[in-house]
Amino acid sequence: MAADKKIILRVAEILINELKLEDVTPETFDPDTDLIDELGIDSMDLTAVVLVLQDEYNITINEEDYPKLSKIRLIAEYIENKLKEK
Amino acid sequence: MKTVSTLLDPEWHERYKRISRLNIRSSIYDVTNRCNLRCKGCFFFSSDEHKKSPDEMDIAKWDAFVKREKERGVNLAILIGGEPTLYLDRIESFYKQLHTFCASNGLIKVPRERFPDMIVGISLWGDEEDEKTLRGKDTFSISRRNYDGDKYAYYLYTITPRQMGKIEHIIKKIRDIGLKVQMQILSNDENVDGFSWTTKELSDLRQEMDEVFEKYPDTVISSKYYHEVLTTGTMLNRKFGWMECPSVTRPLDKRSPQPKRLIEFIRWAADLKTMHRCCTSETRDCSTCKDGAAHMSWVMVNKRAHMQSAKDLKNWIEVYEMFAKLYQFIPW
Ligand code: SF4
Ligand code: SF4
Repeated sequence: MAADKKIILRVAEILINELKLEDVTPETFDPDTDLIDELGIDSMDLTAVVLVLQDEYNITINEEDYPKLSKIRLIAEYIENKLKEK
Repeated sequence: MKTVSTLLDPEWHERYKRISRLNIRSSIYDVTNRCNLRCKGCFFFSSDEHKKSPDEMDIAKWDAFVKREKERGVNLAILIGGEPTLYLDRIESFYKQLHTFCASNGLIKVPRERFPDMIVGISLWGDEEDEKTLRGKDTFSISRRNYDGDKYAYYLYTITPRQMGKIEHIIKKIRDIGLKVQMQILSNDENVDGFSWTTKELSDLRQEMDEVFEKYPDTVISSKYYHEVLTTGTMLNRKFGWMECPSVTRPLDKRSPQPKRLIEFIRWAADLKTMHRCCTSETRDCSTCKDGAAHMSWVMVNKRAHMQSAKDLKNWIEVYEMFAKLYQFIPW
């Protein structure tokens, strides 16, 4: 499944804002960058991002699903699935 | 954008990947309020924490409690006290269900037939003379006999100002029985005369710690960055203290803003209901706290702050590896 470009850009933007990432824009953020192995994101960072995503998309993200959220593209797909389930 | 692979060469990147997904979630448990020693400067007794709540005596309740802790996501149980080895059945409740580390003064040997691979951290406060002054007994000689050659035990060597210049002598004795050692610093909660640190002593200590680490890399589990952070109380120009401490019990943590912290960390009292403020005593002054585990964790939870340069990130990796080795998430 190809994730919606709009969601990908929005997830990238949230990550940049929440984690105060420098030298990157939603457009230049590679959605396949591994957030843990490459960006050094830990579960506390991810929790901050998840809170924003839950509010924005009105979905619930369980902690057991965190390991699945390792790339922007995977987060976007996860959100899309959750939206479809509604 | 700085990424791990732009900062690190492939060898360091591999080291990073080996630890980056460990996701260690620890909590600390007072196994009992009793101890077979009464050391001067022991945070537990000097702060009267042992009087805050009684020991839970029903072993079934310990089993159920550990089960709940596991369900809460804890994957490393750090057992302290009092002296945990006075209650082996309580230790067993943890050992059966969770990755377990047990601190001990080493007077009672953990029976290896019952706990074959449990990590034991033996507390040590100095040489024979200091141990007698501070702990009333030369426990070092006893624990050396008890744990000679043990593959899963190491010394938690709390260095006091009186140990300056004598650290190597202790390290050699530990090496000679095939054990490892982690170095920590006495916070001197009871203000025992002659055991408080001056800035100059701390700076000399850092050098001495670096030297023994270089000279005995197979015995000393450490990192120079840990020595720096612990002796200076500074990390990336930030000062250690209450507003930075990662090891505060989660439900009691009302700090704002919230610093980076250990996820869901709790220090439980031996009644299995009461929570203590942090990994050490509530009466300790955070501005002079020298708790080794809290300083290591402080570095560990601040990973992305260490992504400004390759040197910072390597420092972070070394501290994380040190922690992961001490709790045997990766081999020595
Ligand atoms: S052995 Fe440990 S718990 Fe017991 S008095 Fe000494 S420092 Fe405190
Ligand atoms: S005493 Fe040390 S470990 Fe406890 S909250 Fe203060 S700084 Fe943290």
